[in-house]
Amino acid sequence: MRHSTRIAVGPVQFRIGSDWAEPVAALERLYAGYPRDETRPADATVRLFAARPWRRWLRPSVHIGGDFVVPDALPLPLSMGLLAAEMGMNLQVALGWRRHMLLHASAVAKDGRALIMSGESGSGKSTLAALLGEDGWRLMGDEFTLIDPAAGDAFAFPRAVSLKNEAIAEVAARVDAARLGPLLAGTPKGDIRHLIPRADAIAAMHEPARPALLLFPRFGGEIAVEPMGEGEAFVRLTEASTNYVALGEAGFAALTRLVRETPAFCITYPDSAAGIALVGQLWAEMVR
Amino acid sequence: MTDRAYRSAPAGALRIEALGELTAIFDRRSMQTHLVVSPMPEILGAMGEEACNPAVLAARLAASFDFDSEGDARPILAERLAELAAMGLVERA
Repeated sequence: MRHSTRIAVGPVQFRIGSDWAEPVAALERLYAGYPRDETRPADATVRLFAARPWRRWLRPSVHIGGDFVVPDALPLPLSMGLLAAEMGMNLQVALGWRRHMLLHASAVAKDGRALIMSGESGSGKSTLAALLGEDGWRLMGDEFTLIDPAAGDAFAFPRAVSLKNEAIAEVAARVDAARLGPLLAGTPKGDIRHLIPRADAIAAMHEPARPALLLFPRFGGEIAVEPMGEGEAFVRLTEASTNYVALGEAGFAALTRLVRETPAFCITYPDSAAGIALVGQLWAEMVR
Repeated sequence: MTDRAYRSAPAGALRIEALGELTAIFDRRSMQTHLVVSPMPEILGAMGEEACNPAVLAARLAASFDFDSEGDARPILAERLAELAAMGLVERA
């Protein structure tokens, strides 16, 4: 590949190669504050490549490749090369990582204890994590949370937060513009802008946190809090884990332990401010 | 059909964890996770090492739980055993 870079996010060392300079330059800017170890072998490889050699110049279009490939992944225009890189990184972790149980969930931590939020796209888990990360919590990640199968601890995957649509203005109003990436307008997921996590969250990215509260947020509607039983939390988290099946009994043990030891709630909230207040209230009540 | 006997899984094949109203069962042979509700865990717990049919099972369960082993229990247990067999958690003797 003509252009390449190495990025370490939590325990995962990525090698990203690209036929074009732009996506690599954009990544290097977003991840400039992350620790770098050029000698460490890559855990996951992402390749952004042109479909045909001449396509690099003529209507350039980015294909995503790597150790794992989803055959029908659509090529993206070069202006969305950063999004293609991010999708490639997510894909390699989601499909390839085996050292931890991987939950499709955001997480923040306080005093060494983790709040894990799992939900579909649009549940607000990413926005809540980003806002909490600016409000006295350590941002562990907006997309994936890693659970150590042996000890049960949560580990961070603090990639640059992918802010979407309305969340962009909400977060941009609170942070230094230097911590925001370029606006990627009209992507298949709507408008996207990346937020670089706070320096202290990046510095602490290898520190484990004990899971203390599990939330399943739902954005939109009257405020509601419903306790969730261990069985339902187990079912929801097997669905939210990308490698539960691959981990076999280790995954089963890790998940049964997580739902037994961690109180879980389904929360509904009408806007971010109400969501943040609700999280603070539940944390104060449940975590001592 | 209602008298068909079944045998429990070999010792160590299943890891059974109660999670509130659900019970999660990991089958080490197939690597599959099964989620079941009552009375499945109770049936598995009452099977013992020898093959047993619904009548034997009904008598054992009646000793621990409050129901009449002579009533409707046998056909219901026969159905549940067939379902457990379909999941691979017990096998026909």
